[in-house]
Amino acid sequence: MRIGTARFSYRHDEALFDTRTQYAWLAALGAVLLIFPFSANEYWLYLACLMLINIGSAAGLNILTGYTGLVSLGHAAFMGVGAYTVAVLQGIIDLPVVISLLAAGAVTMVAGFIVGIPSLRVKGLYLAIATIAASMILHFVFSNWQSVTGGTGGLMVNPARILGVDLDTSFRFYWMVMPITILMLLGSANLFRSRTGRAFIAIRDRDISAEVLGIRLLRYKLLSFGISSFYAGVAGGLWAYFFRIITPESFPLSMSIFFLTAIIVGGMGSLLGSILGAAFITMVPEALKLIIGWLPISADTTLILSPVRTIVYGLLIIGFLIFEPLGLQEVWRRTQRFFHLWPFRS
Amino acid sequence: MGFDWVFFAEVTLAGLGTGGLYALTALAFVIIFKSTGVVNLAIGEMLMLGAYLCFGFAVDLGLPIWLAIVAAIIVGGLAGGLIERLTIRPMVGESPISTFMITVGLAAVLVGLVELVWTASPRRMPAFLPDDAIFIGEAFVPSKVFYGFLVTALLIAIVLLVFRYWRGGVALRATAFDQAAAYSMGINVPRVFSLSWIVAAMIATMAGILVGAVGGISPSMGVFGLSVLVVVIAGGLDSVLGALVAGLAIGLIEAWASGFLGGEFKIVATFMILIAVLMIRPYGLFGTREIERL
Repeated sequence: MRIGTARFSYRHDEALFDTRTQYAWLAALGAVLLIFPFSANEYWLYLACLMLINIGSAAGLNILTGYTGLVSLGHAAFMGVGAYTVAVLQGIIDLPVVISLLAAGAVTMVAGFIVGIPSLRVKGLYLAIATIAASMILHFVFSNWQSVTGGTGGLMVNPARILGVDLDTSFRFYWMVMPITILMLLGSANLFRSRTGRAFIAIRDRDISAEVLGIRLLRYKLLSFGISSFYAGVAGGLWAYFFRIITPESFPLSMSIFFLTAIIVGGMGSLLGSILGAAFITMVPEALKLIIGWLPISADTTLILSPVRTIVYGLLIIGFLIFEPLGLQEVWRRTQRFFHLWPFRS
Repeated sequence: MGFDWVFFAEVTLAGLGTGGLYALTALAFVIIFKSTGVVNLAIGEMLMLGAYLCFGFAVDLGLPIWLAIVAAIIVGGLAGGLIERLTIRPMVGESPISTFMITVGLAAVLVGLVELVWTASPRRMPAFLPDDAIFIGEAFVPSKVFYGFLVTALLIAIVLLVFRYWRGGVALRATAFDQAAAYSMGINVPRVFSLSWIVAAMIATMAGILVGAVGGISPSMGVFGLSVLVVVIAGGLDSVLGALVAGLAIGLIEAWASGFLGGEFKIVATFMILIAVLMIRPYGLFGTREIERL
């Protein structure tokens, strides 16, 4: 049984990971991440890439919704802005992948600032509805700004090229998306050790109190929108490189609900929550495919898959909010605690 | 000849038709919000469910249309009560945002269920409104729209009267005004919560049947709910008058936008209005201003 960690310096107290056990587990995780692509088949690699993109995007939504308490139903549209930025830039000039991903993030960040402006006047549910409006307006722009976005036909994207290698298979793509997602997660973890991140949390807990304490509400809310959109933009850029074709229908409102489900299921206001939730939610359709395949139904399985998936997402949102509001992250923690305290307390 | 007045009149009348339906659905929304404080994003999906229930009774079970409508309204109301009991009641006392997200989940579940039973392809509602060409002055009005508007106006009037004079309606208004006071006066507040969801679901069902009769039904008609959301925000979440005025106004503006600018501008116009309202008068035209204290 482990009862605590003795800390002898401030550095140690502030460290992101503070025990040797944690470092051991991290090393194990790193090894798994490195070995995985060599042992997995194409299907699992595809899923892993998709999962990593979703994790990065969910981490972004969690900054806005989980930590700052501003519900956004426009996250998918922001990803769309990032994806379109990558695609449009590619048509104009040949940039290194990292630069165009950063550009995607930056453009989306600007879009996020603009969408965040109503938070000048409204908050809570009103803001959530304003983000629906933003999502609709962006969708309109995607499908009607013919000359840039290619209208409803969408745009093709060439595979990302790093050091002369085209990242056109899941195996190759994995080596780009994995480090980027880890960087995004580290960035988010560090954000909440800084003044900015703590200001976000204060705003979530009670915005008026936060203002009294000297936090500029507007500035920090906009910043939260900006950072969250930056994440969405980068994830959207990765999405564009991964699927290589984008249309206005690639980023519907239901995809925003998908990400909202991810952070509710995983746990709002928790980095671990973003990871677990996005991973879980990415696996749900695959698990459903398996289950429906086993069931003795004669009907066309692809026909019932889509509605069943929608129902399951909805039920996950409702079920987790009612029975486990802190999400999978709390389940994980409970399990951890059980092993820490074993055998003295069950 | 310049401006085409007949076309303008036709578009305006069609807009009024849609606007009436917005107002009716917005009424359902406001009833739920006033009595339980829940912002119900699933209102469009409840409307869709109602339309499909009617379709199911009339086509799949072969009932006569009037019977099917009554059955759909009853079953729709029961579904509303069930939704309240299973998903909203456990959330009493939680933050409004959590409850809001429950209704997001609810919307997904309802869409999925309807797609599972009736598939995603659009259907035609059996016709029950009289079918003859109607001219007001020179302007032609599709008869469905005309009678739809008449029925809507009638329904709105009935709902308003019911809330004014019926005992349950009075209890509902009392709860909306002051929950604690209503409780101490012997009003069973949890039952009022159920009641408000049942009534709202019934109204949504009626609206759904009318929307379906005018424009056909499909699982994506929940989008109608998004416009309704804009209506209630523009009118003020807790204002019945606001719902009626804003419903007609949004209906008109949408009709003008799609008539004069093109169909794809309809939804953009709606949401532009939404953002403008949020920036200028966040609590809506007739809503009560929220005062926050620490």
